[in-house]
Amino acid sequence: MNVRRARVLVVWLGCVAFAAIVVARAHYSTDLSAFLPAHPTPAQQLLVDQLRDGPASRLILIAIEQGEAASRARVSLGLVERLRKDPEFASVNNGEAVAGQSDREFLFQHRYVLSEAVNAQRFTAAGLNGAIRETIDNLASPAGLLFKSLLPRDPTGELLNIIDQLERSPQPASRDGVWVGSDATRALAVAQTAASGSDTDAQSRAIDAIRAAFAAAAAELPQAAANSVQLRLSGPGVFAVAARAKIERAAVRLSIVSSILVVTLLLLVYRSLAALGLGLLPVATGALVGIAAVALGFGAVHGITLGFGITLIGESVDYSIYFFVQSRQTQGDADASSWRQLWWPTIRLGMLTSVCGFASLLPSGFPGLKQLGLYSIGGLIAAALVTRYVLPALLPAGFKIHDVRPLGLRVGGLLRRVQDLSGRTILLCAAILAALALAVLYHDRESLWNRELSALSPISTAEQNYDAKLRADLGAADVRDLVIVSGPDLESILRGAEAAARALQSLVDEKVIGGFENPAAYLPSIVTQESRRSSLPSAADLRANLSRALEGLPLRADHLQPFLEDVEATRHAALVTPRDLAGTSLSAGFDALILQQKDQWNALLPLRSAEAGGKIDLSRVVAALQHSQVDDARVLDVKQESDALYDNYLAEAIHFSLAGFVALTALLLIALRSPPRVARVLAPLVLAVVTVAAGLSLAGVHLSILHLVGMLLIVAVGSNYALFFDRQANSEEAGDEALTLAALVIANASTVIAFGLLSFSQVPVLVALGTTVAPGTFLALLFAAIGASAARSAHA
Amino acid sequence: MMHRALSFLVLCVLSTIGNSPTRAAPASADLHDLDHVMGMLAMRQHGRVEFIEQQFLAVLSHPIESSGELRYDAPDHLEKRTLKPYAETLTLAGEVLTVERAHSRRVMDLHAYPQVLPFIESIRATLAGDRKALERLFRLDFAGTVSRWTLTLVPLESKVKQSVSQVRIEGAQDQLLKVEIRQPDGDRSLMTLRPSTLP
Repeated sequence: MNVRRARVLVVWLGCVAFAAIVVARAHYSTDLSAFLPAHPTPAQQLLVDQLRDGPASRLILIAIEQGEAASRARVSLGLVERLRKDPEFASVNNGEAVAGQSDREFLFQHRYVLSEAVNAQRFTAAGLNGAIRETIDNLASPAGLLFKSLLPRDPTGELLNIIDQLERSPQPASRDGVWVGSDATRALAVAQTAASGSDTDAQSRAIDAIRAAFAAAAAELPQAAANSVQLRLSGPGVFAVAARAKIERAAVRLSIVSSILVVTLLLLVYRSLAALGLGLLPVATGALVGIAAVALGFGAVHGITLGFGITLIGESVDYSIYFFVQSRQTQGDADASSWRQLWWPTIRLGMLTSVCGFASLLPSGFPGLKQLGLYSIGGLIAAALVTRYVLPALLPAGFKIHDVRPLGLRVGGLLRRVQDLSGRTILLCAAILAALALAVLYHDRESLWNRELSALSPISTAEQNYDAKLRADLGAADVRDLVIVSGPDLESILRGAEAAARALQSLVDEKVIGGFENPAAYLPSIVTQESRRSSLPSAADLRANLSRALEGLPLRADHLQPFLEDVEATRHAALVTPRDLAGTSLSAGFDALILQQKDQWNALLPLRSAEAGGKIDLSRVVAALQHSQVDDARVLDVKQESDALYDNYLAEAIHFSLAGFVALTALLLIALRSPPRVARVLAPLVLAVVTVAAGLSLAGVHLSILHLVGMLLIVAVGSNYALFFDRQANSEEAGDEALTLAALVIANASTVIAFGLLSFSQVPVLVALGTTVAPGTFLALLFAAIGASAARSAHA
Repeated sequence: MMHRALSFLVLCVLSTIGNSPTRAAPASADLHDLDHVMGMLAMRQHGRVEFIEQQFLAVLSHPIESSGELRYDAPDHLEKRTLKPYAETLTLAGEVLTVERAHSRRVMDLHAYPQVLPFIESIRATLAGDRKALERLFRLDFAGTVSRWTLTLVPLESKVKQSVSQVRIEGAQDQLLKVEIRQPDGDRSLMTLRPSTLP
């Protein structure tokens, strides 16, 4: 026996050590990929990359609120001045009247290859005449006067054209020299981080930098004003950081509180520290093996797996409870071997049914769910094996726990009252309850499931609304609709973007869309630049054209000598390259619209609706692109695509769960070899699941994918309960009924405590699990107990 | 998003215009008459006049002429609707200037464009009879009588002085007749006003 015991412990320690090594060396990821498809289509991959690295993912919206308008403006200026020096940010903007020397030189120097107005016609006598006439007309207005000094070098007004073409979106309102919200109660600024939005650590650093800059800028105000202004941030990165902090906080706090409660409960029950310590071994081993299994199976472990995994194998605490209580470790006679014969088969079957349930997560296209499935399977098997082999081997001599039989007897007494009712009455009650629940579910069938990805978002509706308001004020589209032009290299996509832009411009004119951004407005394709450059006439021709063009205009040619020189210089100058752009702050705008994947380049042209908050008729966009034969352009509705993606997961997860239920039924049929027994085991579980689902729906909750996982947990945990009652009813050696009842009540109490606490968290996914599992497992136990009593009274 | 900064390039591409100090005007005339005129102007809640504006620019061999209508609503709404040579509407509401043409609309915060401010604020504050607003930007010099007066405005701030050296407004009672704006480089504009006959 001792040799066998030593062998068990060696194997166990070996496994634990191996798992620990795997866990220590595993790669952990906290990015979005847990929510994104494992085998994406090209369109989905683009969506994923867009969400992860796209321009929208890198925006931080900054609002300065409270205090005096002048204080807010001063803080805005001070804040932005500091952030502009910080390499964490690609660009920072608050509408302040500054633009770097390099920007203005870049645009002015390259104006004849950058301006869309430049073509051969523009430099004929007639073209020059029209352009110069317009520039002179502009001088009559105060705004045009700003360009007066440029007239000798830029009489055709190309700089103004470039500014217009780069700025086809509405300006935010402005007061005291900085952007403000539409009601002028807050100063606004926008920062674009250098790191991608999925790099939560970098986003967190950027947020800290903004807070520090705000504090420093506010400190320059008089004390009272400094205390009154407040900073508020929004945007995808801010949400990601807040969500991570929230989940971490909630997970840490809740697991501490629930550990304390469960440990207190177990101490009260066992009155033995040794039992408590031993009881945690299956859970700890299970968690370790679960993570190791995921690391080996997937290469990288998602944060979500670590966060939720431990709650999913809460069932493993139950194993040790069953073991200690049912093996009557109360009189000191370590009766482990009879427990093995009597109860291990039942626990094994319960464990296998749970595995069946969780296996239904494995084929999911959602890596997060796949990992949770594998984690749970690995963890439960390990925990059950530890309970079966390691715990008996580790029991110290004279080990005993407090006698819990009184608890079981009391529960038994309560149940006996149910036995007094006739089986038919109970069946009727169950049928009525089931019918009511199904009626509710049928009535709410349209709105039962939340089909939007935001269902998983830990960001409150209030925060989302605030974000939407800031975006509307800043004219920053949600980057919801995009035209994407793909190609093998930068030149090809810039050419495509130019073609797409022509098609889109006609839609702007027809007011189908309000506007769009275009990377080729920053950097035209080489072909386009060449064609513009070659359209510039020779010095002699230009001089001749110009002298004819100026006939009837109040401008003398000798004033325009600098113009002739600049055009001639451009004819011999090199074309603009991405490297030229890189030295300017314009490159941030350009980079944000270029997405480079492995061997594919993409130009992004975000669309803006004609009215604020309006919807774009994408079919018109598709038609316009087809009509102008822009082959490599696609239209992507980011929100719809990501919701469709999630909806797809959800539908898939529901199907697989049903398949898992079928597999579980088959398993029980094989193990119990009696359809009526299987029906009696499953009925309370099904009833518990539909009751909880109906209850949640009545409470106005739309079910998400995490509710579905919660339902799987009800079946997984509840199947143990039901199988114990089944064993009790169908075995010659029924064991001590009071002990079994006590074990079940204690096990259920610990589950209800742990999951009930999750319901109080601020994180929707945790709330979803908690509100499903806590009432569900309780009902499963209640229904199983009543069902068993009813069956007995029917037999009696 | 960041390309919005570009609108402000307009500013930056401006070469700094030489700053010629204006000689201090002789001691001001009857302040009582100034207050009287301002009081009469402040009484008017709405105003509508036609204008003809001439811009004399050194770079151009003859002046550019434009014409249209000025509308004023107390306290701070000024609209300059140019009809010739092309349609353009400048609207000043508070500190925000909107420039609208057939195919474009530009919004400028005057805080960001101190150069543009005196062109507009001189007229608006005078129409409003808001002496305090005028004195924030300019040194005031009043000459003549209530029935025929000349108000000379000289910018106080150096930034403003870069674009405007002097504004001269001629008027009779509560009517503005002429507004001349001189720039430090010698360029100037002259706006002649008369009661509106436009529909």
